[in-house]
Amino acid sequence: MRSSWFRPTRRSSAAAVAAVLTLTSLAACGTSSSDDNSGAGGGSKADISAPLDPKTKVTLTIDCMPPAAKAAELREWKEDVKEFNKKYPNVTINGKSTPGQCEEPARFTAQLKAKSQPDVFYTYFTDLQQVLDNNGAADITAYVTPKTVPALDSIDGNVLGVLKKDGKLYGLPTSNYTMGLLINRKLFERAGLDPNKPPTTWEEVRTAAKKIAGLGNGISGYGEYSAENTGGWHFTAAMYGLGADVVSADGKKAAFNDATGKQVAQQLHDMRWKDDSMGKTQLLKWGDLQKQIASDKLGMFLAAPDDITYMVQQLGAKYENFGMGPIPGGKTTLFGGNDYMIKKGSSPDKIKAAVAWLNFKTLTPGKGQFQWDRTKADKLPVGLPQPNFFTGDTKAKDLASRTENATMPVENFKPFLANPVPGKAEPPKAQEVYKVLDNVMSGVLTNRNADIDKLLATAEQQVNQVLANQ
Amino acid sequence: MSAPTVSKSSPAPVRAPHQLPVRRASLARAVQRNLSAHGFLIGAVLCFSFFSWYPMVREFLLAFQKNKDGRTTWAGWSNLSYVFNDPAFWQAWRNTLLFTGLALVLGFAVPFLVAVLLNEFRHGQGYLRMLVYLPVMLPPVASVLLFKYFYDPGYGLFNRIIGIFGIPDQQWLQSTSTAMISVVVAATWMNMGGATLIYLAALQGIPGELYEAAELDGAGLWHKIWHVTIPQTRLILSLMFLMQIIATMQVFTEPFLLTNGAGPEGSTMTVVYLIYQYAFNFNNYGGAAALGLVLLVLLAGFSAVYVRLGRTQED
Repeated sequence: MRSSWFRPTRRSSAAAVAAVLTLTSLAACGTSSSDDNSGAGGGSKADISAPLDPKTKVTLTIDCMPPAAKAAELREWKEDVKEFNKKYPNVTINGKSTPGQCEEPARFTAQLKAKSQPDVFYTYFTDLQQVLDNNGAADITAYVTPKTVPALDSIDGNVLGVLKKDGKLYGLPTSNYTMGLLINRKLFERAGLDPNKPPTTWEEVRTAAKKIAGLGNGISGYGEYSAENTGGWHFTAAMYGLGADVVSADGKKAAFNDATGKQVAQQLHDMRWKDDSMGKTQLLKWGDLQKQIASDKLGMFLAAPDDITYMVQQLGAKYENFGMGPIPGGKTTLFGGNDYMIKKGSSPDKIKAAVAWLNFKTLTPGKGQFQWDRTKADKLPVGLPQPNFFTGDTKAKDLASRTENATMPVENFKPFLANPVPGKAEPPKAQEVYKVLDNVMSGVLTNRNADIDKLLATAEQQVNQVLANQ
Repeated sequence: MSAPTVSKSSPAPVRAPHQLPVRRASLARAVQRNLSAHGFLIGAVLCFSFFSWYPMVREFLLAFQKNKDGRTTWAGWSNLSYVFNDPAFWQAWRNTLLFTGLALVLGFAVPFLVAVLLNEFRHGQGYLRMLVYLPVMLPPVASVLLFKYFYDPGYGLFNRIIGIFGIPDQQWLQSTSTAMISVVVAATWMNMGGATLIYLAALQGIPGELYEAAELDGAGLWHKIWHVTIPQTRLILSLMFLMQIIATMQVFTEPFLLTNGAGPEGSTMTVVYLIYQYAFNFNNYGGAAALGLVLLVLLAGFSAVYVRLGRTQED
């Protein structure tokens, strides 16, 4: 543009005002995070394995701050920030709350792509490869030591293992889960079953489901997912329970088209069509079974303990109405959980501050999320068997404190806790494999004449294609 | 923009040496004359650039890129080959084409017939128009919830109704043989109001004398429709037909909400749902962009025909 085009007329003033207004409104459209691009290694020369110097001035954006609707949790968050600031007065914690789940895959993948995630961001255990592919997380191996995280040696190696790639650590856990069998105690009693002895084999599940469905009034004995990849997820969990796998150990071939796979599919088909103990409405996804069991319309389904919190807090159910047993079969169980990672490109001081905060809020027994007396006083749930990623003495102390402050009948979860099942991580390309296995689940649950051999063979061929298709 | 063509028979225009600066000066004057308009235009241009044009360019680039371990690399045709080798690819296309076919039979013919019927009414036409358009005003999620209840195999309204006549319960959305047609019926009900009003407007533009002449020749209702109504609304029908194809091939909302994604054994998984899965469930933006590109090329063909038809109508 040439300057001679512009003259200080009223018209050009109007144009300038319009342009400024436009730019201002566009600027308001954007998002920003308090990112600094000094890069790890570009900051202070101090020993990076040393704890944060209390004099350090730094601002952190952190997601998964409880929203205003969760008043008690938000109050606890603010109390923790205040407590943390007593030791580190110059660290500003800038919490970001999100509606719904802390991580919604669509939003999360878009954030990663745009590099607009907060400095300290919440992820699921299964997200590590995705985050690394997008260059999203800092390597925090050197920053996480027994000096900066005193409980480090007590954290379950399996849990820390899923947050590592090539020996480098990229995240710190906040919670974990293993799957078990969730039961509705009220319906168990009404059906003449013992709620303190949940079924431990699939034969027992089938028998119990028949009895519960016999109560009538639209009650189902057992429920299963078959949509939005959650069907495949649960098929995998059932296979794990029976000691089988869905993908071979080298991650190259499907491993479910065998006697165990057929057993799982056949059992579900027979429960749905021969016993009529699974209800007529299928194609269910996460959230549907929770609604059914919370409203006393469902007797059992495979779940993790944190589902109970969701049902109590969001659906108005009562803790005492639920119990948990180990996953049927009890050989291995699918495990997962959540963690925080630190944005790639954060300065060493930022990483140190983030580790200090995460240590205080999520990894110190008796503090932050493990301050059970405060949780009880705030009328929030205490006594669920998970998160439970500590081992040894730390675990024993935490469990003692949890039991002492329990706000729910912890004995309801005794069968689950007394029969710990070894955890097993999800398969490679989990979501893509689950999508294919959804078809097996929806096939047996929506088609009375389902050809199980054909369903499994087709799924096997498709999963092999998915695994080969890099 | 292409330069204006000069016919071969006319002499080549003589270009004066000062012509270029003059043109630039006139451009400067034109900009100066409309300075505030240009100022306001910046906003629209920037918004379109940020939210429409830039994403389109990015999408095209993404289709040929890969992200692995933090590095973005050019992937050549490998994203497209990934998409073509995905076992879900052909199934998604089969489902989408089935939806499009069924939607053309139902969603294209039904609104036209309703419009013809409405046009025949002498009284209460405004009220009936509103009645037909009402479903369009319902939020899609509310309509979907309504139909989910209608179709529910356990407690649904449709099974209750057919039960009265002794017909056994149907699975509707939960059977591979009826899921897609059930989705199409719901989608047609939700969206036919708009199309009906467009057809009605076209019908009301047909001169009454043509019908009178046809009646004098002894034509009945069917003959009037076949020899007067259809020829007179042919262009609108062609445009709507193409628009319907373009819209239905991008179907996502109805199957996604009614059957929780892919339906029984993947029988309602559409191409756009697969794109959504690639991007947001598999973190495979390259695959999502490549499949988007395949869809774009196909729809661009239909759109070109649509634009051409639109021009014909203007002429």
